[in-house]
Amino acid sequence: MRRKFVGFLLCAAMTATLLAGCGGGSDTKKETDAPAAATEGTKAAADSKAAEDTKAAEGNTQAPAASGELIKIGIINNDTSESGYRVANDRDLQRKFTEENGYDATFAYGKTNDEQVAAANKMIQDGVDYLAIAAANTSGWDKVLQDAKDAGIRVILYDRVIDADEEFYAASIVSDMAKEGETAANWLKDQNLESYNIIHLQGQMGSSAQVGRSEALVNMAQAEGWNIVTQQCADWNAETAQQIVQSVIDAGTDFNVIYAENDNMADGAVKALDKAGIKHGVGEKVVIMGFDCNTFALENVMNGTWNYDGQCNPYQADMIDEVIKNLENGQEPAQKTIIMEEVGFDQSNVTQEVIDQFGI
Amino acid sequence: MGTNQVSKSKEGSLLTRMTRNQMFIPLVALAALLLFNLILDPSSFAVTMDENSAGNPVLSGFLVNILDNGSELAILAIGMTLVTAASGGQDISVGAAIAISGSVLLRVLCGSNTRPETLQAPIIVAFLVAFVVAMLFGAFNGVLVAVFRIQPMVATLILYTAGRSIASWVNNNELPIIGEPSFGYFGGFIPGIPIPTPIFIAILCLVAIWLVLKFTNLRLYTQSVGINENSARLNGLNPTFIKILSFVILGACVGVAALIKVSRLATINYGVIAKDIEMDAILAVALGGNALSGGKFNMAASVVGAYVIQCLTTTLYKFNVPSAALPAYKAVVVILLVVLSSPVVRTKLSALTSQAKRKEAA
Repeated sequence: MRRKFVGFLLCAAMTATLLAGCGGGSDTKKETDAPAAATEGTKAAADSKAAEDTKAAEGNTQAPAASGELIKIGIINNDTSESGYRVANDRDLQRKFTEENGYDATFAYGKTNDEQVAAANKMIQDGVDYLAIAAANTSGWDKVLQDAKDAGIRVILYDRVIDADEEFYAASIVSDMAKEGETAANWLKDQNLESYNIIHLQGQMGSSAQVGRSEALVNMAQAEGWNIVTQQCADWNAETAQQIVQSVIDAGTDFNVIYAENDNMADGAVKALDKAGIKHGVGEKVVIMGFDCNTFALENVMNGTWNYDGQCNPYQADMIDEVIKNLENGQEPAQKTIIMEEVGFDQSNVTQEVIDQFGI
Repeated sequence: MGTNQVSKSKEGSLLTRMTRNQMFIPLVALAALLLFNLILDPSSFAVTMDENSAGNPVLSGFLVNILDNGSELAILAIGMTLVTAASGGQDISVGAAIAISGSVLLRVLCGSNTRPETLQAPIIVAFLVAFVVAMLFGAFNGVLVAVFRIQPMVATLILYTAGRSIASWVNNNELPIIGEPSFGYFGGFIPGIPIPTPIFIAILCLVAIWLVLKFTNLRLYTQSVGINENSARLNGLNPTFIKILSFVILGACVGVAALIKVSRLATINYGVIAKDIEMDAILAVALGGNALSGGKFNMAASVVGAYVIQCLTTTLYKFNVPSAALPAYKAVVVILLVVLSSPVVRTKLSALTSQAKRKEAA
């Protein structure tokens, strides 16, 4: 039995490497990597479109020479099944980088670095002018960046940072997670609660959002003498958050703040409170704090069942566009790292317009 | 129902018979965990009647919590036990299949609008559609395993990889949220009934499978196929059909679990819903002392195994184990339990006890 089980594991591992290996071989035909059925269609469509465009350009027929050549850009993103944030991010990019706006864009999605690197290699071979990358993982990009540099392709990092020397990219357009956390912690301090007994629900350990948002709260708690009742990792998962808060309630521990590092976990926590009949929201016993500005979260802030929601801005497309336009005019960005503007919302500054504009 | 009961066990002492029973280890584990809770916090077992924010009476407490949150896992353990027994392998696509099924359910309820004022279809219709979809995906896995003879873990790896993306594609990457309160009944409470509904659903499923195993030949056929496929065929069984059937039953379990999961939060998060639940389900089967290479099985032991896992999870949350260390604690307990309940150790154990008995007698 044991041998058979080991066999299964081996088999599974081999298939996994096989799949990854297939993804790595970028010089094969079009559909080298199959990250996901959902994204495949989009990608194939984009590919064939790109191919047509190249043909049209080669035949130099009605190439838009008058309005200037289209700028070829390869955009590498994470899989949209990741979160609502990613969906909004992708939609924003798809909206901006169109032919009307002067771009010939190819999109690729990957859940892992392997898939993303394979896509990047292909784009470099296709001779894009720009490469925009939201890396799944911070390391492992050295070769891609070097190849891009050798080919004269300018790289723009967005949303996620990469461990690389500044010379390899033109700009890095990111959210400052630590600042998001500080904004939230300062907001909490300004509430001047009589006591602070906090349930801290953390996201996936080690992710930049978790590290930034956790650190700010922990530092503030130390400085102000706040009591963190429980600090648990709920992996961005509403259900896990619900179970954790339920356990705290069952244990009879007193608390009056829930600091959840994303909206989903805050939602799960609120479900547990509702179940136990504990009042929450503006003017009630428990203060609810979330992040990411999902539409439902902002609505909850507006109707007072939640207290605070921190923004994590997914709309980097305009920034990327600006950087590229400047580079086209021979103007380097003033700073390599561009931080997205992000605010925190509570009942005082949430309106329907805000929800329509910032809700994801 | 212990699988290792041989004619010899009749002459063994009560202790020998107990340790030889497959239910022994999971039950002892459960008792030990509960005892641990009782010693560290005697108020653990208090079950109190509270009022939820809708003003309905609800039961709450540590035990209710375990039974409530363990429901999905117990339901999945049923299907996973059958799949393990028939095919000698495990389905690792359960979590992804729950995402798909849950997504379909919400899609039918919402139609094209992700925030519907009123439901676009009765909940029962949506559930049935999602249920059938889940069984179809089960059948897909089953066909790969039974007809094309792909290792179950590899065959289900396909859906494991693609499932969550399919799920988000079903709803066009939107995030549907159901405002209708009656949809929350399946994962929460029916007004007036203080016991969480998932507990009822789990009991219903357990009774159903108990009746099926009692009044049909499913157990015999599944075990025969799992033990020796060729001799099963020579005896007139159709191993292909039995294997596909076991995957379809697991699919049905997935459909029910998906209903509870999406009802709990009235929404879905494709990336994390039912994350890693397949591992817990496989673990439940292993904790129940069932051979993961197929053959004989003990359904009740698997189900108890599922509640042991939930009990462990809830206990760790309760005692506020630091998040970074939580998986390590869980791993230690799990390794201990799995080794103890493995058939090898169990045979050794029962041999030891009977030896001791013999020495005593001499």
